[in-house]
Amino acid sequence: MFGFGILSGLTFLPLVGAALILLVPGETESGKNNIRWIALWTTLVIFALSLYAWGKFVPGVADFQFLEEKSWFGSGLSYKMGVDGISFPFVVLTAFLMPFCIAASWNSIENRVKEYMIAFLVLETLMIGVFCALDIVLFYLFFEGGLIPMFIIIGVWGGKRRIYASFKFFLYTLAGSLLMLIAILAMYAQTHTTDITVLLHAKFDPDLQKYLWLAFFASFAVKMPMWPVHTWLPDAHVEAPTAGSVILAGILLKMGGYGFIRFSLPMFPDASHYFAPLVFAMSIIAIIYTSLVALVQDDMKKLIAYSSVAHMGFVTMGLFAMNQQAVQGAVFQMVSHGLVSGALFLCVGVIYDRMHTREIAAYGGIVERMPVYAVALMVFTMANVGLPGTSGFVGEFLSLLGVFQANSWVAFFATTGVILSAAYALFLYRRVVFGKLEKPSLQSLKDLSPREMAVLAPLVVLTIYYGVHPGPILDACAGSVAELIKGYESALALTKTAALTLH
Amino acid sequence: MYSAIVFLPLLGFLIAGLFGRRIGARPSEIVTTSFLFVSCLLSWIVFARVGLGGAPFSAPVLGNWMTSGVLKVDWALRVDTLTAVMLVVVTTVSSLVHLYSIGYMHEDPSRPRFFAYLSLFTFAMLMLVTADNLAQMFFGWEGVGLASYLLIGFWYEKPSANAAAIKAFVVNRVGDFGFALGIFLVFMLTQSISFDAVFAAAPGLANKTIHVFGSDWDAMTITCLLLFMGACGKSAQFLLHTWLPDAMEGPTPVSALIHAATMVTAGVFMVARLSPLFEQAPAALTVVTIVGATTAFFAATIGLVQNDIKRVIAYSTCSQLGYMFVALGIGGYSIGIFHLFTHAFFKALLFLGAGSVINAMHHEQDMRNMGGLAKKIPITFWCMTFGTLALTGFPLTAGYFSKDAIIEASYAAGVHGQAATYAFVMTVVAAALTSFYSWRLVFMTFFGKPHWAEAGHGDAHAAAHGHDDHAHGHDDHAKDDHAHDDHGHHALDPHESPNTMLIPLYVLSIGAIFAGLAFKNVFIGHDAGEFWRNSLFVGPNNHILHEMHEIPEWVGLAPFLMMLGGFVVAAYMYVFAPETPARLAARFNPLYKFLLNKWYFDELYDFLFVRPAFWLGRLFWKGGDVAIIDRLGPDGVAARVLDGTSWIVKLQTGYIYNYAFAMLIGLAAIITFYLVGGVR
Repeated sequence: MFGFGILSGLTFLPLVGAALILLVPGETESGKNNIRWIALWTTLVIFALSLYAWGKFVPGVADFQFLEEKSWFGSGLSYKMGVDGISFPFVVLTAFLMPFCIAASWNSIENRVKEYMIAFLVLETLMIGVFCALDIVLFYLFFEGGLIPMFIIIGVWGGKRRIYASFKFFLYTLAGSLLMLIAILAMYAQTHTTDITVLLHAKFDPDLQKYLWLAFFASFAVKMPMWPVHTWLPDAHVEAPTAGSVILAGILLKMGGYGFIRFSLPMFPDASHYFAPLVFAMSIIAIIYTSLVALVQDDMKKLIAYSSVAHMGFVTMGLFAMNQQAVQGAVFQMVSHGLVSGALFLCVGVIYDRMHTREIAAYGGIVERMPVYAVALMVFTMANVGLPGTSGFVGEFLSLLGVFQANSWVAFFATTGVILSAAYALFLYRRVVFGKLEKPSLQSLKDLSPREMAVLAPLVVLTIYYGVHPGPILDACAGSVAELIKGYESALALTKTAALTLH
Repeated sequence: MYSAIVFLPLLGFLIAGLFGRRIGARPSEIVTTSFLFVSCLLSWIVFARVGLGGAPFSAPVLGNWMTSGVLKVDWALRVDTLTAVMLVVVTTVSSLVHLYSIGYMHEDPSRPRFFAYLSLFTFAMLMLVTADNLAQMFFGWEGVGLASYLLIGFWYEKPSANAAAIKAFVVNRVGDFGFALGIFLVFMLTQSISFDAVFAAAPGLANKTIHVFGSDWDAMTITCLLLFMGACGKSAQFLLHTWLPDAMEGPTPVSALIHAATMVTAGVFMVARLSPLFEQAPAALTVVTIVGATTAFFAATIGLVQNDIKRVIAYSTCSQLGYMFVALGIGGYSIGIFHLFTHAFFKALLFLGAGSVINAMHHEQDMRNMGGLAKKIPITFWCMTFGTLALTGFPLTAGYFSKDAIIEASYAAGVHGQAATYAFVMTVVAAALTSFYSWRLVFMTFFGKPHWAEAGHGDAHAAAHGHDDHAHGHDDHAKDDHAHDDHGHHALDPHESPNTMLIPLYVLSIGAIFAGLAFKNVFIGHDAGEFWRNSLFVGPNNHILHEMHEIPEWVGLAPFLMMLGGFVVAAYMYVFAPETPARLAARFNPLYKFLLNKWYFDELYDFLFVRPAFWLGRLFWKGGDVAIIDRLGPDGVAARVLDGTSWIVKLQTGYIYNYAFAMLIGLAAIITFYLVGGVR
């Protein structure tokens, strides 16, 4: 494709769709419809292309695949793309979730449809770019660039307090990213390269590593989000339109975890080892603290947002345990959470579109009117709880199993999360779906429309499919994770011997 | 064949669950029930082949579940004698309950959903008992938990049912917390979680110490204790028992299937399945014994004073599960499983009988409003009597063989440790209590004056107890104009149940009377070794099956005397001098209240766990997130930034602009850096 590979195609095709949309007049009703269809087809084509790429992808090996490289600004900086078993699942996940976002916005977005769809397509470019970039500057551009469309989506199409929420979102992330930029500069000063594949094998001085690690951590921890820098997420979720929440929970949060795997752990192994207890502590606090907070929420989206923070706690904990099961579990947990939390936000969107409130107290007994919806929500709730047989279990189980080998206390406290998640998730389900249908406003509720069914059904199927057969994702990342751990351990061993010889 | 047994219920679930509303209630019932009967038939064939016929054990692999590094988990169906016994128990009771439910639920508008759940439960339970590794067992374990949650909350309009459903799930999760940690520990010790590998490694791990949770532990002891915590949750043992009585909110067939015969015995099954581990952990077995004995006694005391017919049986179940754990704890795994086997018949019979009574009484569950029903519903009466005889251990009935074996074995094991003696005392006392509350139930329900015929029934109803809410809740649920909606205002005429409900009672009655006699020899008698083969592991020093016969005569007689005593006292108090209970209750009021309120465990847990959780949640939210993090973090910074930008940067206040500016500077810095670097 014009001398570019499949990853460039995946990354920049959304922009082609956005350009097409620009040409369509968006004021009339038919124009808006055309725009929706263009956006949907663009995302579907990209998804199909990502599936095609998946067919070509060789699972289980550690190397980067689909490599492409073009020089940029002469020598040095380069446009370099490639994926391995860790990043590729996220590329496919992004491409998979986008059509759902477009479909979920079909009727709920009435104003500025054109700008909305363009924002989403640009966002898709930036998100896929993050996972494909193999040049650290390129990565940074995609990583931070993604904030802008998201900021606009929340700020323009959001709820009542959208300005506050988007502002908060922005402030948090900006603080982190500037530190990361400085770290990138420092890394360049050391190695004179921005190529990630080279940086992966660069040995930084253990003391320098600590500073670099902290700088990257500032950015990734906010993105994850980890406690205590998580407070932007509930507000952002609450105010964002449904599709915005889906992307936020499904993809944007995963960038933090991806960043840890791609940069912090392999490039700064000594610092990662040194700071692991800190990460463990923050993860445990995140799991217990936010689960308890989720228990007392009155707003559905806020509850799910807090539960996301708790689930990301499992991820960070698993990553820094640094053994095969824990890291693979964490990667799987991220993909699974992308599906499940995305689906949960879509579910909230379904009833929000009908009732225009997210207040839990405004519902109750809707199973009476919406039995199909109740089934779908039950599946996702159970996946959120981590019931075996749903995708939520595999990630939690593997990461906890791995963490236990690294530190039994951490696993002990984190496992209490399975009790708390059951409590808050079932409590939510009970208040919304079960009980008597007494509120007059709910009497006229209609069950899922064909469009909503088409959106939720694939997610239900995938949630269960990956629950009983997580192989495709686990196998894809097995080789890369093994390589990551091998590199990490040999780096630690090296430092140890160096320290021994010094003394 | 194994696949057919396990997956037919799943197929039934899918058909009834997905298409139930389209194909209607009757086809859903027929499909699920007939699938279950096929599954049951095949199970008995497997039982005959593997258990009695000595066919070799096999574990066909269905496929890979997950692989990560050295961890490899397969979906497999492991069928040995232990599994075959469980297959028979599960599918027999389940198919009978399916059949029974056709009659019992015939007024309910969402029958397809009910039958779908029942089949889903059966599938999960079968996955549990055929598991070949700990993860698949956990899958079944949580799967039955889900089904139990769905079925307890089946009448979702009742707040009490919803609360009970959540309670059941969450309390079970507390147990699962231990189970999960146990699995992790097993993996840490053996680098595997598949049974064959773990069992092979177990002997080598005896007396090994391991450093977890900040101190040194005996490896097998801590592992088994954690796993046993899971068993406690599922089998409603002391401290984690609180969900079981509340689970009676579910429809009665559910109570019979899940909360009496099968799911709650999963913990017993688990310990028996993991006997190669537990045999290496005598300290853990002592704990099992003590917990079991305590539960057997404690639950029986509460059963003495309950007035809800189902709750009496629920506490009885809890208590009998305690017996099973005592058997396991003293190393008599086969005795425990034998009691599980016989208990499934007579306890399911009692529950289904109670369901028949409740049906006859138009959804009345309070025994104080019953009485004199023996003449009205004689078949139910006789079936219930058989069940009671079996439960109390009347000679030659099923319970006589299994329960007395436990008591005798615990006496025999007393020479090895104090815990067994404690268990002996507790189980003997509990035997008397069991007999008392069981006969009390029969007398209050079937004998004496018929309280339901009184004119003031409606008032008594309202004044009675919290349980009445259940009955009403259900009526509200069946909101269509069924005649029984306004029961309690008219005199009602108890009627015998339809045949779909009576046939299961007959079958189970036969089981309750003869299951012990017929299977005693293979389960715990001379043929036991040949029957169980390698499915249960007993250490070289474990001779409990022989020792239990070498006991003084009075020990063998003790349970019988206790049973007789309980019967006599119950007969005196509820038939010959019916004013005694009230007098005793008044005289020993604090004790009565203590028992009636179930030792105040619910209140205690509410105070210790539930309220603090909500309180902490609110504190963290309002105090932590809002007051500290936000005020010091973004909101504070935002205020300063706003102040700053307003007078420094007059150009523009759009934050995107600022942001883009920051990015530009960053890019410029990189490029500069690169240029400078390139020059150098």
